[in-house]
Amino acid sequence: MSSLSRDDVAKLASLARIEMTEEELVNLASQFGSILDAVARVQELNLDGVKATSHPQPLENIFRDDVVQPSLTPDQALSGAPAQEEQRFRVPQILGEAE
Amino acid sequence: MIKNTAAQMSAALEKGETTSVELTKLHLDRISDVDNKVKAFLHVDGESALKQAAAVDADRASGKKLDPLAGVPLALKDVLAQEGVPTTAGSKILQGWKPPYDSSVVTKLKAAGVVILGKTNMDEFAMGSSTENSGYGPTFNPWDLTRTPGGSSGGSAAAVSAFEAPLAIGSDTGGSIRQPAALTGIVGVRPTYGAVSRYGLIAYSSSLDQAGPFGRTVLDAAMLHEVIAGHDPRDATSINAPVPAVVAAAKSGDVKGLKIGVIKQLQGDGYQIGVQARFNESLDILSSLGAQIVQVDCPSFEYALAAYYLIAPSECSSNLARFDAMRYGLRTGDNDGASAETVMNATREAGFGREVKRRIILGTYALSSGYYDAYYGSAQKIRTLIIEDYKKAFVQADVLVSPTSPITAFKIGEKSEDPIAMYLADVATIPVNLAGICGMSLPAGLADEDNLPVGFQIMAPAMQDQRLYQVGAGLEAALVSKWGGYLISKAPALGGAK
Repeated sequence: MSSLSRDDVAKLASLARIEMTEEELVNLASQFGSILDAVARVQELNLDGVKATSHPQPLENIFRDDVVQPSLTPDQALSGAPAQEEQRFRVPQILGEAE
Repeated sequence: MIKNTAAQMSAALEKGETTSVELTKLHLDRISDVDNKVKAFLHVDGESALKQAAAVDADRASGKKLDPLAGVPLALKDVLAQEGVPTTAGSKILQGWKPPYDSSVVTKLKAAGVVILGKTNMDEFAMGSSTENSGYGPTFNPWDLTRTPGGSSGGSAAAVSAFEAPLAIGSDTGGSIRQPAALTGIVGVRPTYGAVSRYGLIAYSSSLDQAGPFGRTVLDAAMLHEVIAGHDPRDATSINAPVPAVVAAAKSGDVKGLKIGVIKQLQGDGYQIGVQARFNESLDILSSLGAQIVQVDCPSFEYALAAYYLIAPSECSSNLARFDAMRYGLRTGDNDGASAETVMNATREAGFGREVKRRIILGTYALSSGYYDAYYGSAQKIRTLIIEDYKKAFVQADVLVSPTSPITAFKIGEKSEDPIAMYLADVATIPVNLAGICGMSLPAGLADEDNLPVGFQIMAPAMQDQRLYQVGAGLEAALVSKWGGYLISKAPALGGAK
């Protein structure tokens, strides 16, 4: 029986940049055991020597000529911005201490 | 008129018996009559739809050569970007977002003159099997309004089965077109991975996602398939090959001499009695039409569900990192010198729903160092075994078949508190996605115990999509003649005016 503690979930939530409420952390921790048991079935088979598939198709790099193609105007690109300033995305403080 | 097939609407438009404006108005009326009960749509843009329709009518009047579906209305899953039209993927984090560009699917629909009525409801970011995970409330199954239409493309499936649109676009990552098609008694196709461009399709799990058609008949789905499929340089995984001749296959329906493989692992325990009965009956019909039924063994399919619920959450935990409150979508908590990270954390907490958070956390766990090999790594190897099982099975058979969903439409709320029970809804559809091949669900009748639609699933190798339509059309013709009409004509009236 797998399990994950409330603190484990809190760590994962912080890695995933989601500020969960205490109630969410406790709930998710209580559900996680049965979810992990269900997905842990992938470990039942002997998979030695089996190749991993990350994608159903063989992927290769695709190149195009280095010429300018039509793209979004600055106004279009900024049309969904939560905040903007002088044709740029305005974002909260990124570097240094916030407070 | 709204109960006609898209092919019939197309013919009527061509003969001048109706106009696209008239057809569009009838569907908009139907939406205002019944969508307060069904809740298939998140956004209806009647004015824009009528404008598109008038443009097609003008083109037709001027003698311009038009696509067969020109002027026929359609419902679009809200996972596809449409320029200037609210696009949310069922999530609060994208509430009010209007994309500055069209997805390639929308570009193709517009070029073909297909009239887009509006955007349909879905499980948030396509994560779910009932449409209950939408940030905007559930969609209700037109066959029984206390039940779910399946998901994640439940809004599209419900719109087509409630005659609000003859056609719809969905997307299928683990069964999200085929399962709702099964639960609402219509046809839904997940094309081969790479057959339809993913450009502008909001990503859930990039190695599994694929958009595809819904229709009330196999031919209607084929006509829409031909419009949206084809190579697109803007999607690096788009297959550069001719589109399979799906319309011709849907018009033929000849199954004589074809080998049809029944997958041993996708039936029996856990499959509702009425589902199994309708499935077996369809096999008998195919056999009487001259197909040869063979049994095939796909032992690793038993692990498909587990592999899927590691691979898809892992990919989603990465894909959904783009919702960072910086460039578009929701931003909360941006005050008093709050840092970008604080704003990001608060926004993702406020904007994502329960299931999305659950999958992001599961994916983050599966990809974290120390667990990567045991979970994500093993799942990727299972994926290889599933592909190999299919390869062997397709040596024995031209197409493979199974019930689409182990159960008929379930009650709203019945599974929403139990994620594992909900995940089981996709047990028969997921292998197709993991292998990147194509699959169809078409109506096989009603289950005796609950009088709800049962779906019959057909699977074919990559880029052999025409086989789905060939076999689907053959089975459909036999069933329709047995029933004396399409299954959907047995759906309740919903109290609509027309």
